[in-house]
Amino acid sequence: MSYLIQGETGDWEVVIGLEVHAQVISKAKLFSGAATDFGAEPNTQVSPVDAGMPGMLPVINETCVEQAVRTGLGLKAAINLTSVFARKNYFYADLPQGYQISQYEAPIVGEGTILLDLPDGSTRAVGIERLHLEQDAGKSLHDQHPSKSYIDLNRSGVALMEIVSKPDMRSPEEAGAYLKKLRSILRYLGTCDGNMEEGSMRCDCNVSVRPVGEAGYRTRCEIKNVNSVRFVMQAIEYEARRHIDVYEEGGTIQQETRLFDSAKGETRSMRSKEHAHDYRYFPDPDLLPLVLSPDFVANIEASLPELPDEKKERFMRDFALSPYDAGVLVADKATADFFETVARGRDAKMAANWVTGDFFAALNRSGRSIEDPPVTAANLGGLIDLIADNTISGRIAKEVFELMLETGKPPAVIVEEKGLKQVTDTGAIEGVIDTVLAQNADKVAEYKSGKDKLFGFFVGQVMKASQGKANPALVNELLKAKLG
Amino acid sequence: MSLDKATVRTIANLARIEVRDEELDHLAGELSNILHFVEQLSEVNTDGVEPMTSVAALELPRRADVVSDGNCRERILANAPEADDGFFLVPKVVE
Amino acid sequence: MTALTRLTIAEARDGLARGDFTAMELTEAHNRAVEAARGLNAFITETPELAMEQAAASHERIRTGRAGALEGLPLAIKDLFCTEGVLTTAASHILDGFVPPYESTVTANLKKAGAVMVGKTNLDEFAMGSSNMTSHYGGVENPWRKRGDNRPLVPGGSSGGSAAAVAARLGLGATGTDTGGSIRQPAAFCGIVGLKPTYGRCSRWGIVAFASSLDQAGPMTRTVRDAAIMLGAMAGHDPKDSTSAPLPVPDFEKALSGDIRGLKVGIPREYRPEGLAEEIAAVWERGIAWLKDAGAEPVEISLPHTKYALPTYYIVAPAEASSNLARYDGVRYGLRVEGATLDDMYRKTRAAGFGAEVKRRVLIGTYVLSAGYYDAYYAKAQKLRTLIAGDFKTAFESVDVILTPTAPSAAFPLGEKMDDPITMYLNDVFTVPTSLAGLPGISVPAGLNGEGLPLGLQLIGRPFDEETLLRVADVMEKAAEFKALPAGVEA
Repeated sequence: MSYLIQGETGDWEVVIGLEVHAQVISKAKLFSGAATDFGAEPNTQVSPVDAGMPGMLPVINETCVEQAVRTGLGLKAAINLTSVFARKNYFYADLPQGYQISQYEAPIVGEGTILLDLPDGSTRAVGIERLHLEQDAGKSLHDQHPSKSYIDLNRSGVALMEIVSKPDMRSPEEAGAYLKKLRSILRYLGTCDGNMEEGSMRCDCNVSVRPVGEAGYRTRCEIKNVNSVRFVMQAIEYEARRHIDVYEEGGTIQQETRLFDSAKGETRSMRSKEHAHDYRYFPDPDLLPLVLSPDFVANIEASLPELPDEKKERFMRDFALSPYDAGVLVADKATADFFETVARGRDAKMAANWVTGDFFAALNRSGRSIEDPPVTAANLGGLIDLIADNTISGRIAKEVFELMLETGKPPAVIVEEKGLKQVTDTGAIEGVIDTVLAQNADKVAEYKSGKDKLFGFFVGQVMKASQGKANPALVNELLKAKLG
Repeated sequence: MSLDKATVRTIANLARIEVRDEELDHLAGELSNILHFVEQLSEVNTDGVEPMTSVAALELPRRADVVSDGNCRERILANAPEADDGFFLVPKVVE
Repeated sequence: MTALTRLTIAEARDGLARGDFTAMELTEAHNRAVEAARGLNAFITETPELAMEQAAASHERIRTGRAGALEGLPLAIKDLFCTEGVLTTAASHILDGFVPPYESTVTANLKKAGAVMVGKTNLDEFAMGSSNMTSHYGGVENPWRKRGDNRPLVPGGSSGGSAAAVAARLGLGATGTDTGGSIRQPAAFCGIVGLKPTYGRCSRWGIVAFASSLDQAGPMTRTVRDAAIMLGAMAGHDPKDSTSAPLPVPDFEKALSGDIRGLKVGIPREYRPEGLAEEIAAVWERGIAWLKDAGAEPVEISLPHTKYALPTYYIVAPAEASSNLARYDGVRYGLRVEGATLDDMYRKTRAAGFGAEVKRRVLIGTYVLSAGYYDAYYAKAQKLRTLIAGDFKTAFESVDVILTPTAPSAAFPLGEKMDDPITMYLNDVFTVPTSLAGLPGISVPAGLNGEGLPLGLQLIGRPFDEETLLRVADVMEKAAEFKALPAGVEA
């Protein structure tokens, strides 16, 4: 599927690379013992180290190192046993030390791959350039006062993983799929909660365009800190169009940093980033090179959970699901677990239909989460069992499902209470059939004279008369015999 | 390498130190002298020599992931030239 | 009570233990001496009341048999160490009014050992200088005078206030910090002992950073034994400093056996450059003879990259400083000069807050790290550092310590060598290589020059072998019989 933008001069291709800042799940900060919880009172989660006080020194949090390695392994990436922390020097009000401790020439994780799950069920590989550990900056609030900005350092020093993709994406949809997949992997690994609204996952988009067939890349612009998948897609679409318009009017694109205005759906130049930067990276002399033993990495590797790609493969293999169904079910680990509980030992296709169909719809309607579902996996499984052993029909099952939503009761109880048990007593059904045939003697005559289509009519009447409880297969069989 | 006034202005800007125009000449001279002095190093062949990363032949120590600091806003803000409502204040930044 | 200020740390410790005098008397005597010697400008902040409180607490601990290693002993603290609740300036205008909410590890260790703080000593701004003339609080006078010449002399730098205070008997000892010679050179200029330990021996946590890969705290005292005692209290592994060595602290005082027979003493030929002052060469020769007489064996060695140490240092140290000093921005503490925009505020604050030498180093450091120049300067300098450290490593395969002069001259008059930064930088020519290699070095007073000014000799040791270093220094000190006193200190 190729995404091309039509311009005045021909078709254009968009080239996208994403830099994702993912907040590491840890109790304390990367280089200090202050807490990392979201939403605390300003400057309450700040140690003298985070405030850049004189003489304060960084000491690295081992869990953050493990999380970075775990993420690297999850991205099928090379782990660098020796990496180096460097200072990135620049001045900003929410950067207390005047430098950010980051990794530059020697990141902890090298090249890796992410497989995108595309809507048609196909996959596409996007390269990971690197992953490195770095400190987050604080937060500036600009709307508190007419002439002042307010600085909160709670976030200052929180561990981030900067995950840089190769410029491998060619459409806003691919960028969206990349973010969703990356978020899914991070959540499976438990290394980042992926919450874009709270800023624990932020995305910088590098966008350029080129005429179809042109080799090499043109000047790119970086759109900073876009905070939802939808906005990333919108920002890329807008920015690509802007580049094409500039080129087609004979202009040139300046490499610059831009902001996405989600209210207007536009990107604009960032005034505070006007100066050309010279970050003067150099190895942080307060720290030594980070050296990992092969055992350290091997232990983390041994503890990795099953990741979405492997789970998808397994679901397709074990449950005979389509790539699309499997992809939908594994995107979220809790959903995949829910599905597995439902499907284990049952008809997997039926389980998949129920989970992705009625259950997802009910989940959406209820506004609840998969962790706190409106119907438990055990009960949904029980419902499928009732269908499978012919206790109820598929149609009645829908009714039972609605009652399960309303009452929270197990399906068997509902079936029992409401007397919805399917009638499989041949005699009883024959009785109903006899009544129906007697009441519709004219239709019976027409049927016998060759109007075969009326068979469906008789089935409907019998089901109706049994209030849906008659076993449809039996009804068919007995009707055929009676009508001879 | 001799530094010209424009270069001195650029690095002073990178270092966020205001330098008056009339200081530039003198400063450029001083800094150039220092650079001439340190440029002796170019006469040493350092091919194949690893740059030193630390004199301490140690492993980077790692701490456990435990909250052991913070929750001391009064102390953090006590020296601030300007603070309000738990925040540090700076001249307004336009993004 | 004057006599109490003349005691060594070892003598005062033993006197307190015997009950010859009380901790309060000892502190009171020092408080009075500090006040009487204000003309030297050795202190930025005097803390006499705090000292008396600490002395009273020490008295109680001595009385109840809980005395620490430095219990009740009045010390001066370089104003580069953050002290909780006490103004800490780094001798810079930019730290105006800064009262740290924390205590540096080294001063906390000293406190734990029972030491009393009489005040915070003057220094070169951010420890950048070799004369103490770059202090925002003005220069410090060396208590020594040339014979028949009453012009004030510099105490050396950057730990000039600490050196002057110890020489003038205003504290039994003082803390210093050494980045390229800032303990050893002022110790030599003031006729005292100054020890820069191995990088990693003392924690850097809570010391205002100048150049992180070089900074190291150490004791400044009147005897080698005192340096050993004080280092024992200052040193130790600190989990808050990633570059702090996880090693136990030996009993340094025990190492002073007086026996150096059979030790090999390296005499590096590169420390005898053309134009080396004759009096310096002469005192070095005497030092070699003393150690030989004591049974050690002098061995000529070569440290071939010595001449590149100073230029290497003047890339590495400013580069790190330019980054370390970025935090002084008028936002969270210290001076702020208002500006229309954030950047304007930064530029004005830092222009007003930093002195000329600090600005020069920040600008040089910014330049050598900037795009396009990093490899030619910073990366090159770090390679030279590898070579310089390698020179020492090779030398220490065949010798146990190295003996050199501490500084190329004796103390010079206040205000001299100020016109050209490089002339000033040359003061550290003999101390900088040790710093670049992270090795321990000690300056011991070795005699007076023709004008009656003290000269020091430097001993350099293997990494974390301060014991051997102190043992040799102790022997040399005894041989030198340095008994001269600075002007104003009564014999």
